[in-house]
Amino acid sequence: MTGDRTRYDQARWTDDGQYEPLLSEKDRTRVEIDEDDSPLPDDLTRDSLELPELSEPELARHYTRLSQMTYGIDSGPYPLGSCTMKYNPKFTEDVAALPSGAVHPDRTERSLQGTLELCYRLQDYLGRIGGMDAVTLQPPAGAAGEFTGIRVAAAYHEHNGEDHRNEVIVPESAHGTNFATAALAGYDVISLPSDEGGRVDLEALEAALSENTAALMLTNPNTLGLFERDIVEIAEMVHDVGGLLYYDGANLNALLGRARPGDMGFDVMHYNVHKTFATPHGGGGPGAGPVGVVDDLAPFLPAPRVRKTATEYELFEPEHTIGHVHGFQGNWLVLVKTFAYIARLGDEGLTDASAKAVLNANYLASQIEYDVPYEPFHHEFVASAGDQDAADVAKRMLDYGVHPPTTKWPEIVPEALMTEPTEVESKETLDQLAAAFNAVAGEDDETLETAPERSSARRIDQTSAARNPRLSWQALEEE
Amino acid sequence: MSFETPDDRRYLESHEWALETDGVVRVGISDFAQDELGDVVFVELPDEGDDVTQEAAFGVVESIKAVSDLYAPVSGEVVAINDDLFDAPERVNDDPFGDGWMLEIDPDDESELEDLLTADEYEDQIA
Repeated sequence: MTGDRTRYDQARWTDDGQYEPLLSEKDRTRVEIDEDDSPLPDDLTRDSLELPELSEPELARHYTRLSQMTYGIDSGPYPLGSCTMKYNPKFTEDVAALPSGAVHPDRTERSLQGTLELCYRLQDYLGRIGGMDAVTLQPPAGAAGEFTGIRVAAAYHEHNGEDHRNEVIVPESAHGTNFATAALAGYDVISLPSDEGGRVDLEALEAALSENTAALMLTNPNTLGLFERDIVEIAEMVHDVGGLLYYDGANLNALLGRARPGDMGFDVMHYNVHKTFATPHGGGGPGAGPVGVVDDLAPFLPAPRVRKTATEYELFEPEHTIGHVHGFQGNWLVLVKTFAYIARLGDEGLTDASAKAVLNANYLASQIEYDVPYEPFHHEFVASAGDQDAADVAKRMLDYGVHPPTTKWPEIVPEALMTEPTEVESKETLDQLAAAFNAVAGEDDETLETAPERSSARRIDQTSAARNPRLSWQALEEE
Repeated sequence: MSFETPDDRRYLESHEWALETDGVVRVGISDFAQDELGDVVFVELPDEGDDVTQEAAFGVVESIKAVSDLYAPVSGEVVAINDDLFDAPERVNDDPFGDGWMLEIDPDDESELEDLLTADEYEDQIA
């Protein structure tokens, strides 16, 4: 290694620190349409439109600059805890771009056999990875998968004449979506405290469980990266009162090929394909959050699902289905990428991924000066920034050319730095990350409070952004 | 750092204050609470006419750092809310004991105020 690995400067294309102008700010050519031959009512049409007219190099430079002014997994390490920001292998983009995949789903089943076969095989892969008996691919995101899973659980209870069950138990350290999912599905949310070691407190669980328990939602390893060692006993306790055990798949990357939620006693789970299976995160694009269930819950899954007959693949509606949660098969091309990733890695590669994810987290934790109060952790760890403000630490880490960890959560660790390097980083990159952590650990409050100073955008005014959100282009027009 | 804790009112361990005037109890959060929260960006309050219960959540305060439930100091009916906070949540930071008030309750039982902390007791709690 040569040179100062902590030295970093992000591209800035204007002196005053303004962002790259919008295309509409570069050119406001107005296109007029004379003839009025639209069949639409007048109030739904317009006869002029501002459309920027730029040359190809102007356009190419615009987008190149934007890409230089942002930071993504293609720029460097991205250890955002609990988000599993894996590198998205480019071959999955190639596979998803194949013309043969661009099939409109509204066709006869006979002409969709390739699509249906891929869906069927992906249902099977995911089922085997999670230890689940049946899988739906329809939910269009992780949170949508969670909601679908809890709705399936609710339908199961209702079918059994047990719709008095009105409580869902969620550990206080759980992902925020768990509370939101349960509340949105109409349940009272019971928050469960952690024990001193950071795991589920069995006595508190015993006290929370009752004939009103619909489900306990858990992620394992939990958000501290700790494996819930009592999971088999927890499953028995929940099942004894007639409740269901829900697995939040957010942390599945720690277990791939080694342990399966179904074998631990979980009844229903969602898969975050953008985490575990390396499809792109967010960006407003289509996602997928498949849901797996044990046999007893399969009749309640969304419609349609795919099954195989003697001669072909076909769609079918589960007997007591909760209905559709998205169009057709869900977001097909994300599912293609998921399938391609699983098929490329295979059993051996997936098992290797979880091993390296755990190894990388443990190596990185061993190299940083911040205290890590809870262990032994798996794929992620939660360090404490101690006397420093975790949010300021995060801003300052940007100056060292790395993405910071998740901050201030879970709250069980003061000034939390929740860190998940994933399996994709080399030892050299992990050392670069550790150097960034350690450089920031030695800095004073003034430096931290004014950071970042080497990034394209300096400190964002979060308060104004939250008090006066500008959520559409119309906000710009009004200025 | 020391925080204001006016002794004309009572406090909850969860950092709300309660000030009784002519039989109506005005409620807000303490100077210490607004400082801990940081810049408040959103306040969710009940409607006038709603009933609130002592020590039960009546609303939510959201800052750039955290989202916290707000707890009622006494049981009763909400007779007024400070709807200025919807457009100007910063008042909670700027003047927590004055313009940053949140709601007024017509208490079912005024003696419930006696259950709450005095300014001295609350000061000890946050010391």
